[in-house]
Amino acid sequence: MAREVIGNGNELAAEAAIDAGAMFFSGYPITPSSEVMHVASDLLPEIGGKFIQMEDEIAGIAAALGASMTGVKSFTATSGPGISLKAEQIGLGFIAEVPLVIINVMRGGPSTGLPTRVSQADIGQAQYPTHGDYASITLCAGSLSECYTETVRGFNLAEKYMTPVFVLLDETIGHMHGKAILPDLEEVKASIVNRATFDGPIDEYKPYKVPMNKPAVINKMFQGYRHHVTGLHHGDEGFPTEDAVQCEFNIERLVGKINTVAKENDGLDDLPDYEEYMLEDAEVCIIAYGSIGLGAYEAVQKLRAEGIKAGMFRPIMLWPSPAKRIAEIGAKFKDKIFITELNMGQYTKEIERIIKRDDFTTLFKANGRPIAPAEMVAKVKEMM
Amino acid sequence: MAFNYDKYLRVNKMPTLWCWGCGDGVILKATIRAIEKMGWDMDNVCVISGIGCSGRFSSYINCNTIHTTHGRTIAYATGVKLANPGVNVIVVAGDGDSLAIGGNHTIHGCRRNIDLNFILINNFIYGLTNSQISPTTPQGMWCVSAQNGNIDPTFNACNLAIGAGASFVARESMIDPKKLEKILVKGFSHKGFSFIEVNSNCHINLGRKNKMNSAMENLAWIDSITIPVKKWEALSPEEQLNKLPTGVLREVEQAEYCDLYDMVIAAAQGKRGKITQDDFAKKI
Repeated sequence: MAREVIGNGNELAAEAAIDAGAMFFSGYPITPSSEVMHVASDLLPEIGGKFIQMEDEIAGIAAALGASMTGVKSFTATSGPGISLKAEQIGLGFIAEVPLVIINVMRGGPSTGLPTRVSQADIGQAQYPTHGDYASITLCAGSLSECYTETVRGFNLAEKYMTPVFVLLDETIGHMHGKAILPDLEEVKASIVNRATFDGPIDEYKPYKVPMNKPAVINKMFQGYRHHVTGLHHGDEGFPTEDAVQCEFNIERLVGKINTVAKENDGLDDLPDYEEYMLEDAEVCIIAYGSIGLGAYEAVQKLRAEGIKAGMFRPIMLWPSPAKRIAEIGAKFKDKIFITELNMGQYTKEIERIIKRDDFTTLFKANGRPIAPAEMVAKVKEMM
Repeated sequence: MAFNYDKYLRVNKMPTLWCWGCGDGVILKATIRAIEKMGWDMDNVCVISGIGCSGRFSSYINCNTIHTTHGRTIAYATGVKLANPGVNVIVVAGDGDSLAIGGNHTIHGCRRNIDLNFILINNFIYGLTNSQISPTTPQGMWCVSAQNGNIDPTFNACNLAIGAGASFVARESMIDPKKLEKILVKGFSHKGFSFIEVNSNCHINLGRKNKMNSAMENLAWIDSITIPVKKWEALSPEEQLNKLPTGVLREVEQAEYCDLYDMVIAAAQGKRGKITQDDFAKKI
């Protein structure tokens, strides 16, 4: 049975992590994400899990990666400055193929920026958080319910694709307190994905010997299957190599296991990568995500009340982007597309890349304030 | 009968990439002998290393091994140990790893007193990257990043560990492998954070411009700056300044972090009351 709960986005994300099977959290306090840590510190020991507040952001993710390397589902939470500090460790997660959920509750930047105010300016950072080539999976919650469901999904994708996954909340949604409808707990438990394991002879255990576009198959530690984890380029058994053919294969596989798979299968799982609201008969399409999507629902309603057939497209999986659907929207709405985001157009660039036009109407804001439905309505009216 | 190292080594990864005469190989062998003495099941051992010459340590031992990023060994190891308190964790890091880029994790690993066996291989230099000063490079030595001579004061790693609260602190050099093995066994046997500084040579990148062109000359220098702690205590303050005491420098029984966390679990599960200051002998 679906559950009706009261909470804020950060708390719901932490509760989702526990329901998704997390047994380890490590992190460092940072506004506006700290409630994730508070709830984790409370709930994990209840189920015999472990919580530790580390000495800095780097240690905050390193301990979580260490726990996950041994096979224990782990997560951490932070905000933009924390991601900047964690960047190198995230890279180790990518190359060594370590599942991890990283919740980023976005605030204004760059640097210390606007610690207590909303932003969506870490979208680009989530796509390329660290040096080198890889592909990132990034989910963006657009409601309190999605703070829960997308965190569960983040864990399942991390385990399925053996990679760190970003779950992006923004300050507004993280701190928004209200009612959320959550899926039935048994359904959630039934949906849980656990990383694949190798059960053949120990001397044939080669965790990174997998075909192109497939994730590594890495067993839990301390069960007889010994392996080596390294941030260096490595061969089938995980030991360092500089072999040109192997290194090229490694990078093509790291990128392909996410981007190529998403392209070929129209997504990475069976869950919706976007939401469409009153888009079917619409003449103008508003594109918004995260908390700004909440304002866009209202803008659509207001515009319709005034006789303008507006609709909304709200991406949920930002990376890899729902490119096929964005291309269709580009073909259908032409220049009647209005993109609004709390940054200087970071996702607009992705939409321009896919649709191959740049004549959209846009409304960007980077002053720590949300975008009101009335502002969206005014912009759309200018277009019509 | 000769000791069988093969049982503990990934023999197909030999030879190591370490230079001829490097102390890292001696430390690797002493570590293996200490593990044998402990009788540990290698399926239940995790060796974690950082970046630099010592970073390759983990790849040569046949167990569960993690080669982490520069300076973050203790942070990764904390996750490994807290998530799996029943396993034995050995952390190997260099002087750059643990005293420069990763100094913060060293301090807090000591403070938490989590049951990690931390081996600091101190060769007084950044060897792998071609001779830049480290926090332990003596003042006045030549390095590629201090070509007029190093002016940076040095770090006393063991004093730092004691100050930060490590419950076992020892220093030994790799000159006497038997002594080193004994110290390692003591550290491995200790419950809590065992901080073991092992002085080692880098005649290639420390020695070549500092009149220690061979391993033997470099070892003779290490020998000249180290002295058993009992003898060190008898020295005058001026003499103490130029000698590093070896042996066990601190060994106290102190609550271990994973054990303390069991209290948190018991409290969260209603099996005991909330933790208060009365649960601890030390109140501040």
